[in-house]
Amino acid sequence: MSSPQETHGMSMIVKTVCVWVKGFILLYGIHIILYGHLTPGGGFAGGVIAAAAFVLVMLAEGEDAALKTYSRKAASTWDSLGVLLFWLMAVLGVVVAGIYFFNFWTTSESARLTLFSGGIIPLCNVGIGLKVCSSLYLVTFVLTAHRWHLDTEGKDDAP
Amino acid sequence: MIYSLCFLLILIGLYGVLTRQNIIKIVISLLVIEYGIHLFLVLQGYRTGGTPPIVDSSIDKQLWLQQSVDPLPQALVLTSIVIGLGVLALMVALSMRIHERYGTFDIGKIKKLKG
Amino acid sequence: MNNLVPLLVAIPLGVGFLIPLAVRWKPQMAELLSNLALFGLVLLSLSLIGNQTIYHMGGWPTPNGIDLRIDDLSTLMLLTINGLALIVGIYSVVAMQPYTSQHRYYSLLMFLVAGTNGVALTGDLFNLYVFMEITAIASYALVAFSGEDESFEASLKYVVLGGLSSSVILIGISLLYAVTGTLNMTHLASRMSEVGETAPVKFALALFFCGFGLKAALVPFHTWLPDAYPAAPAPISALLSGVVSKVIGVYVLARLLFNVFGINDDMLLLMRWMGGITMVAGGLLAVGQWDIKRLFAYSSISQVGLIVLALGFGTTWGVVGALYHLVNHATFKPLLFLCSGQIETAAGTRDLRQMRGLGRRLPITAGTCMVGSLALAGIPPLNGFWSKLIIVVVGIQTDHTAWAVTVVVMSIVALAYQLKVQQRAFYGTADAPMEKQLPVSESPVLISIPMIVLAIGCIALSLLALSGLEHPLLVGPAADVLMRGVWKP
Repeated sequence: MSSPQETHGMSMIVKTVCVWVKGFILLYGIHIILYGHLTPGGGFAGGVIAAAAFVLVMLAEGEDAALKTYSRKAASTWDSLGVLLFWLMAVLGVVVAGIYFFNFWTTSESARLTLFSGGIIPLCNVGIGLKVCSSLYLVTFVLTAHRWHLDTEGKDDAP
Repeated sequence: MIYSLCFLLILIGLYGVLTRQNIIKIVISLLVIEYGIHLFLVLQGYRTGGTPPIVDSSIDKQLWLQQSVDPLPQALVLTSIVIGLGVLALMVALSMRIHERYGTFDIGKIKKLKG
Repeated sequence: MNNLVPLLVAIPLGVGFLIPLAVRWKPQMAELLSNLALFGLVLLSLSLIGNQTIYHMGGWPTPNGIDLRIDDLSTLMLLTINGLALIVGIYSVVAMQPYTSQHRYYSLLMFLVAGTNGVALTGDLFNLYVFMEITAIASYALVAFSGEDESFEASLKYVVLGGLSSSVILIGISLLYAVTGTLNMTHLASRMSEVGETAPVKFALALFFCGFGLKAALVPFHTWLPDAYPAAPAPISALLSGVVSKVIGVYVLARLLFNVFGINDDMLLLMRWMGGITMVAGGLLAVGQWDIKRLFAYSSISQVGLIVLALGFGTTWGVVGALYHLVNHATFKPLLFLCSGQIETAAGTRDLRQMRGLGRRLPITAGTCMVGSLALAGIPPLNGFWSKLIIVVVGIQTDHTAWAVTVVVMSIVALAYQLKVQQRAFYGTADAPMEKQLPVSESPVLISIPMIVLAIGCIALSLLALSGLEHPLLVGPAADVLMRGVWKP
């Protein structure tokens, strides 16, 4: 049987803190993803931090609240879409400039080292960030909080 | 000198994989081995008295090239950490399934396959 | 045409991630998309025959960027991988029906193909590691796919040992980076001649032997294989044994030793002994097995040992024999595994002691399995005979007569255990009827066609010998690539 923590989360203090903090964590993760071509981090690290925001919701408020925030189907969709965005960037390199993964979006000299520079790299970072966030959320969700119902016995794989 | 400490970490992890009977402890020891290797790889790029490899619009390029640490091992280690994460997720999922089927985490008792 | 080379990796990756989205629209999209993609990959690899280029990814020149090297050896590997993957894909359409969540299987299959294609193509050491890990993770998940107790146990063993070997390889790569400062294989080859055989390089070489030896399942690193191959679903066992263990084990080792490090006599000695002991141990252990797939798994270990032994002889003709046997093994061993899948479906068990006389009910399976068994044992005029003949003659030519005799003896042992399978499974007398008589007739079309294609492939590859045993059609140029020695920039 599921413990109270799985469905109803933790105590009132934790829930109150979570309501205030989860937005900041997600925002910080998005910042690291978007500025990945200028500061350390990028897609992977930012994705992990963004996933931490959703995992916080899952731990503090229980499985049902986490599913309402980010359902399994949505996470699976964004997972695939993130990689397909990255894939599109790579293949567009062939289409536009003839070389796979070519950085075809050049920046003007004055705009170097600002947010909208670096060519296709920020878009690749966004793709990877989406994928990592969704994957880690799904993995943590399936391995910890999810209650497997007896009639949906399926193969267990880590997305 | 510090490289031998990395190897010590790797050997501690190897000792754990070889001697522990609990699956979770074996998984954790594999992680320790990976941490040791990542540390070793990042340290390859170190330059004594070096600066972080971040470029700003106010930094002179030539000076930066001479002084910064090598960023390539950092990128390699980032990739390797993510690979380790994938393998870890798979190992944990497998351990959970094994616990469900065999009822134990002890590898001495999980021996249906022989020969 | 050169621009399409990265598609060999991009197409399976893209399709693998497209499948979870596509199956929400229509559930059959998984099989359709994957088989279409695999067919496209086969056409692409056929178009690359004879191409010799270095493709710089992203336009970055060597040594700053990652390049893909296409030469005759990688073309041979790509043809083998993609051809076998297509056959396995067609077989899987019917064979995976009893399993749940099939779309995950097809995604994982696509990742496996993408990873092995990447390993065969890449010219950068860390890129090699990443693609090898993609392949390995996909195969860990696929081994555990069938959801029985044994599959989880086998997969856990495989994951722990595979993770250990990947760590060992990563230590080797970081040592090489520390010593030479580069990861690009071409640049590494030239730096290696400057640096020489210092202690870190020798340590890295030893680590590579251990790490890639575990991926190829050489003795004493073979212990994961006899558990992993039987536990995997039949098409995956076929793909793993036919391609994966060879590409991420033997091919990478050969590439690194011949083209990057530069071969010398110590390495050849080590390869001969590791290969030889593997061949003997695998063959002898196979005789006593009663589980069909476990027997075939030990037989795979033995044949890979034979390939490494032939590589260890060191002459061009030895490498020709090794590569020819690699391609041959990639034809008859998957055939045997696919047949064993059919036998398991028909008999309900994998235990040879509980089967009798299936040959009457499964004529196509019995026929193709006989072709595969004879090819493995090295009966003329099938393809196994020619490659083993080359290896034996090379052994005698290079004054390793003892190894040549061992090869002949192990071929006879291989004949023995193959005939054991044939006699027990297909041609046993029906005096003691089988306990479980499952009402199955001959296999559906989509299962028979891959098996027949592989059987025809066995016969066709033997015709390859007609193009000259010294320098066969595709295998000869591939061997030349290896024997040309260290890459020059």
